[in-house]
Amino acid sequence: MSVTQKVEGLNGDEAVAYAVKQCNVDLVAAYPITPQTIIVEKLSEYVSNGEVDLEFVTVESEHSAMSACIGAAAVGGRIFTATASAGLALMHEMNYVAASHRLPIVMAVCNRALSGPINIHVDHSDSMGERDSSWLQIFSENPQEVYDNMIQAYRIAEDSSVQLPCMVLLDGFVVSHTMQDVAVLSDEVVNEFVGRRKLPFINIMGKSVPYKLDVENPLTMGPLALYDYYFEHKRQQEEAMKNAKDVIVKMNDEFARLTGRKIGDGLIQPHRMEDADMALICLGSTAGTTRTVVNELRRKGVRVGLVKVRSFRPFPAREIIDAVKGVKAVGVLDRSGAYGAVGGPLFNEIRSTLYDCDERPFVVDYIYGLGGRDMHPTLIKEVYDDLERIVKSGTVKQTLKFVGVR
Amino acid sequence: MAVNLKELSKKEELLASGHSLCSGCAAPIVVRQVLKAVEGKPIITNSTGCLEVATSIYPFTAWRTPWIHTAFENAAANASGIAAMLKVYEKRGELKERPHVIAFSGDGGTFDIGFQALSGAFERGHNYLHVLYDNEAYMNTGIQRSGGTPHGAWTTTSQTGKAVPGKQEWKKPIARIMVEHNAPYVATVSPAYWQDLITKVRKGLAVDGPAFIHAIAPCPRGWRTPSNESVELARLAVQTCIFPLWECENGDYKLSAPSMPYVKRPERKKPIIDYLKAQGRFRHLFRPERPEIIERIQKHVDKEWGIILKRAGLT
Repeated sequence: MSVTQKVEGLNGDEAVAYAVKQCNVDLVAAYPITPQTIIVEKLSEYVSNGEVDLEFVTVESEHSAMSACIGAAAVGGRIFTATASAGLALMHEMNYVAASHRLPIVMAVCNRALSGPINIHVDHSDSMGERDSSWLQIFSENPQEVYDNMIQAYRIAEDSSVQLPCMVLLDGFVVSHTMQDVAVLSDEVVNEFVGRRKLPFINIMGKSVPYKLDVENPLTMGPLALYDYYFEHKRQQEEAMKNAKDVIVKMNDEFARLTGRKIGDGLIQPHRMEDADMALICLGSTAGTTRTVVNELRRKGVRVGLVKVRSFRPFPAREIIDAVKGVKAVGVLDRSGAYGAVGGPLFNEIRSTLYDCDERPFVVDYIYGLGGRDMHPTLIKEVYDDLERIVKSGTVKQTLKFVGVR
Repeated sequence: MAVNLKELSKKEELLASGHSLCSGCAAPIVVRQVLKAVEGKPIITNSTGCLEVATSIYPFTAWRTPWIHTAFENAAANASGIAAMLKVYEKRGELKERPHVIAFSGDGGTFDIGFQALSGAFERGHNYLHVLYDNEAYMNTGIQRSGGTPHGAWTTTSQTGKAVPGKQEWKKPIARIMVEHNAPYVATVSPAYWQDLITKVRKGLAVDGPAFIHAIAPCPRGWRTPSNESVELARLAVQTCIFPLWECENGDYKLSAPSMPYVKRPERKKPIIDYLKAQGRFRHLFRPERPEIIERIQKHVDKEWGIILKRAGLT
């Protein structure tokens, strides 16, 4: 039995701000780098109207935004920030530090193309640059998922077995600026679901102390660790990522009991995969368009399916292998380039994953939509047609293709 | 509160011995004097640099107070987050006493790469003390020139060849720049004058808003000086007026006691050649002697000294 919810017309940015308002966030530090999202403007409005009690620090750069978030989280706060594109790239150095300091900061990233040429529209080149930073990366298909992912993000990041920062990703404009009916929970229900941040305890010289900068129990955070200890610190981050997989699944179930909404198993969301011969795998809003195309083709008797990846970090390899069992050709939709590489970042994950299949399908990378180029249903249909030709001919001439480019 | 050596000696050392800073390094002298001035334990954020790497080599730490390091250019931004979060706790009544927040940065982390974050933090007015320990080059990475390196000095990126005799640019007047941020408290200090230093740190911690302390911190390795002369050099810097001691409260400049004798009796002001001669980094100015450069430096010292005197209403 799910709780009562009301429906609000929210775009993706507003859905983020609405969730932050309800999540007992202590402090937000953010900077309006080009391209700005209206997430922090909306939050500033909530703060000004007294609708939320949080400290709002308007820093002078994205680098300082993450640095301030790290400082505030290190003294025990629950922290939020938002950015996009160049802003995320400027944060790069500090993202690694936030993760290695094991601070469960949550950041909304409106995926937008990196310069150059300078551009403000959607692609995933910004967040792909952070894929090895040890941040969790949860992709959202639409404003409803943005809201749901944001609320789960704090629980996942702050889980005692995880303690890693989390990015909630939403496609620029397509999700961030597109309004949808979003079912929202009451403040009380969300407050109870997320609670307050609980600090982990660590053992210092035989004494169990909360992990924060605290004059009662002085800790040294961010020390120098060379070849004798650095590796062990990094190895622990891998363990935390592994643990996060279970927590994401668990949280998806718990949230479903509360709201009636569930995104696949939490890690991936397959659609019509039972008997599919051809499947596409993608991230974010393109999953919605692809689903429509799948339904259309299915009506014509073409056996196609879709796997939406919700959790890009940690990457759900085992789940993807199970989902594509029996599929003859897999197309990967990559919304970012990887110049000089074998394929785009999602393709490289997927093809590496599928090496462990008993019967390996053909795997082809389709780079699409860079700099906000529209991914029209007809283009997706062309990709399925291409996969069908591959299945029929039994050969792949080219594993890296570009869709919708002149 | 009077600065009483007997009382200070009873206060716990928050920077423990056993760190691996070079012998004769003035940075830990400055830090220990700063920490002696603080009531209780402060929360410290430390830019990447000598002080950071030499005091926190995992699994050891020299810090007996909460301490964090995150990166080179962001101590001020990191301090902003810490101070803002403490404000949240205070507002909610969750703190018995709000701890002081102190950022320690070297000259690279202040004059150069850290300047944007520093300027931003001061514009926003966070409640913290920023201490610059200025050893006048990137000593941790191998003595490269910074915006804080003085004119004429040899560094590994301002070499002394036939064509160019050391650093050609002048030192950035960082403390005056911080005054122009409308900071409630800015001061320069030298570890040779510990009473002055401690008094100023206390004043900086007492103001509501950001305070900036600029400490001269001789570096035997980079200055090419014997390790037992650092405090003497920190004194000579004041006596030659290349590093005058002053403070500025809400825009009012005041010359500090250790620099006062040179106003009353200018003949007591030592020539800059004494300071230059004592340091290997200026050796090329004497072999053969380059009087035109030495004179140029003297003129610059006099000009900068004049600016401070004018602002302090002493001319």
